Amino acid sequence: MNSKDPDLLLQTAPFLRQGMTTPSAMMDVIIALAPATLAALWYFGNSAVLVISASIAGAVLTEMAFVPRQRRRMILMDGSGLLTGLLLGLTLPPGLPMWMAFIGGAVAIGFGKIIWGGLGNNLFNPALVGRAFLLATFPIAMTTWTAASEGFWTFRLTNFDFPFTYTEIDGLTAASPLGLMKFDQEATDVMQLFFGNTAGSLGETSSLLLILGGIYLYLRRDIDWRVPVSIVTTVLIFSGILYSIDPLIYPAPLFSVFSGGLMLGTIYMATDPVTSPTTPLGTWIFGIGIGLLVILIRVFGGMPEGVLYSILLMNAVTPLIDRFTQPRIFGHQRSKKT
Amino acid sequence: MLFSNTEDYEEFSKGIWRDNPVFVQVLGMCPMLAVTNSAVNAVAMGGATLFVLVGSSFLVSLLKGWIPKQVRISCFIIIIATFVTIADYTLLALIPTVHKELGAFIPLIVANCMILGRQEAFASKSTPRLAVMDALGMSSGFMVALLALGAVREIFGTGTLFGIELFGPAWEPWVIMILPPGGFLTLGLILLVFNWMSQRKAMFLERVAEAEGSSQ
Amino acid sequence: MSDIIGSDRQQRSPESGGEKPPEQDEPRPIKLVMTLALGGLISGLGIVGVYEATLSTITEYRAQELRAAVFKVLPGVTQMQELAQESDQLVAVVNEEGEESRDNTIYGGYDEERNFVGYAIPGEGPGFQDTIKLLYGYLPTANKVVGMEVLQSRETPGLGDKIYKDLVFVGAFSDLPIEPTIEVVKKGRKVSDNQVDAITGATISSRAVVKIINDTNSTWLENLPTPGNEPPMQDNNSEAENVIQ
Repeated sequence: MNSKDPDLLLQTAPFLRQGMTTPSAMMDVIIALAPATLAALWYFGNSAVLVISASIAGAVLTEMAFVPRQRRRMILMDGSGLLTGLLLGLTLPPGLPMWMAFIGGAVAIGFGKIIWGGLGNNLFNPALVGRAFLLATFPIAMTTWTAASEGFWTFRLTNFDFPFTYTEIDGLTAASPLGLMKFDQEATDVMQLFFGNTAGSLGETSSLLLILGGIYLYLRRDIDWRVPVSIVTTVLIFSGILYSIDPLIYPAPLFSVFSGGLMLGTIYMATDPVTSPTTPLGTWIFGIGIGLLVILIRVFGGMPEGVLYSILLMNAVTPLIDRFTQPRIFGHQRSKKT
Repeated sequence: MLFSNTEDYEEFSKGIWRDNPVFVQVLGMCPMLAVTNSAVNAVAMGGATLFVLVGSSFLVSLLKGWIPKQVRISCFIIIIATFVTIADYTLLALIPTVHKELGAFIPLIVANCMILGRQEAFASKSTPRLAVMDALGMSSGFMVALLALGAVREIFGTGTLFGIELFGPAWEPWVIMILPPGGFLTLGLILLVFNWMSQRKAMFLERVAEAEGSSQ
Repeated sequence: MSDIIGSDRQQRSPESGGEKPPEQDEPRPIKLVMTLALGGLISGLGIVGVYEATLSTITEYRAQELRAAVFKVLPGVTQMQELAQESDQLVAVVNEEGEESRDNTIYGGYDEERNFVGYAIPGEGPGFQDTIKLLYGYLPTANKVVGMEVLQSRETPGLGDKIYKDLVFVGAFSDLPIEPTIEVVKKGRKVSDNQVDAITGATISSRAVVKIINDTNSTWLENLPTPGNEPPMQDNNSEAENVIQ
């Protein structure tokens, strides 16, 4: 008997309808991401369409290939594969070859979700698993940033690289704000980061649009406000302390918050209900952990960006956090150590 | 013929597929994951392991009457460690470039539980002839597994096999495959395929048995 | 261990199964100690034998590798010897056969007429993943680095390993003034002679290499004798084994 089978829905009392289902929650996130996606189209032109659709295709096709035929329609209809592909696509650089984005989508679903037993059982955020794989597999292509396009029809030739090949481009690259900070101590203007139009991944250029989407998700009760608030607060405080020690070496707090993938990761990936803690206290610990790790990796680590690994690391300790922050059941004594 | 009777063949062949040390017993994971980033390294590690396993199995089965059972594990380790050290120096003298790649993992053959496992489970209880057959089979199975992993990782990771370029200069290497995570991914996928095949075979045999049962 | 044994138990051969059961009473401890001691002795003898047999090949290979590296970083050099700091003076080291190279030594390179050419200085320091060990050639008269060879590194394949695979990067060290220090700049922004273009995507590894050379320079250069006063090539060092073959 399969509780996920729509024709055989077995449930126990109480039967309180909440009106919120997996497909509707996924739809909300996709709607919330729409402004940022459109901004990606605006800034990066056709490359955004190509990379994002390749990543979605990889995710959805993999999902189709591995899901049993009987449950295929239902699983595909819940939109989680589509969302994973879209989220992954938004974290990719615009000049990435389409075949790499496709593989990223396939890995995100295959290793990030299917192998754990499907939606709800995965330990890590699938889109981030896909991005981590791509970053470790194709480090050059994944860190080659190109500046925003002149117009929609400016083609990036690397998008069309034949599968399993990659033409390295030289000279046409632009450094991302984080790279400039890390290697040249050049800070980018915060207002520019806030409204977009910087070199970077497709969906992380404009913090404003990402925050608007986040507010929509909060109003729809799809995300826990504690996660983004705790991450952003931790980043502000921690980088503020460092900045007050030496403003020449360490990045300013606002720069830290609005640069790189922090907004995208904070609002849309760290809040994934499957891979974040369920208790309020646990959620605070989770968010503070991500915030600390992001700054640690960015400032003291070898890489300019740390959001990806911070979220994955905190995903890994989520079961532990959940276990230690279980609230006491009413009327029960806290179990003593034996 | 190498195998003069079926018993020899039986002991030899079980290690290659049915009781494969890697795919079935999941032993010796440390060298399996660490040195299989190219086919050449895999073969060298397989060869060194073969030398150590065959040598120590032979010696252990020969000395089984003299080794008191209270100190048998220590004795096995002494024997294994001797062969490992010999392999280490020989490799360093003969093919230093490969030795440089394998580095610390040659001495670590001592800790390969597959080798100690064969001494305890088989060589210390059988004749030298069968012990050698068993050791040959097990190390060949180990070599097959190393080579399968090493070939896949080298092809994806560098676009070459045994150093021969396969796809031309445009090939974009999958860097992850020659890094440690690639070892875990590839091993997991190979185990997946292996178990899937075993399952299919078991299902097929079951169906054959069923058909035979109903026809009678 | 029991599942490993499991598959063998059913098919143990009749010959081995017919073996007599192990002794019932405990053997005396002295017997156990003797067995282990004897095993250790035999094993030790075997290892010493192999060590002796392979030693000459191994040291020969190591020396050859070192020579090859020294000749590579010091163009025009055909002979070399090891130099060490002893009581404020740089003196030639004569190594007995089989003796390992000492720490804290550098190598002097000489041409065919046994004139001093330059130093090959080993240096090491942290890279992106693990310690990078390298050797570079230094000409005291010109105050320049004339060659760099990475001896050992575990930098990321495809990115960091360009510090020895990227010929443009390696070539930058073939004629590089070291005054005041070597600097790393972003690719294409090189303006003065003592600057090196960083490898795109491997800025950290590129900086590590330059930092190692700068650090090693700061410890060694002040200890080197003034040009013209270098230790002469020792006769017993110039035998066949130290000459290019």
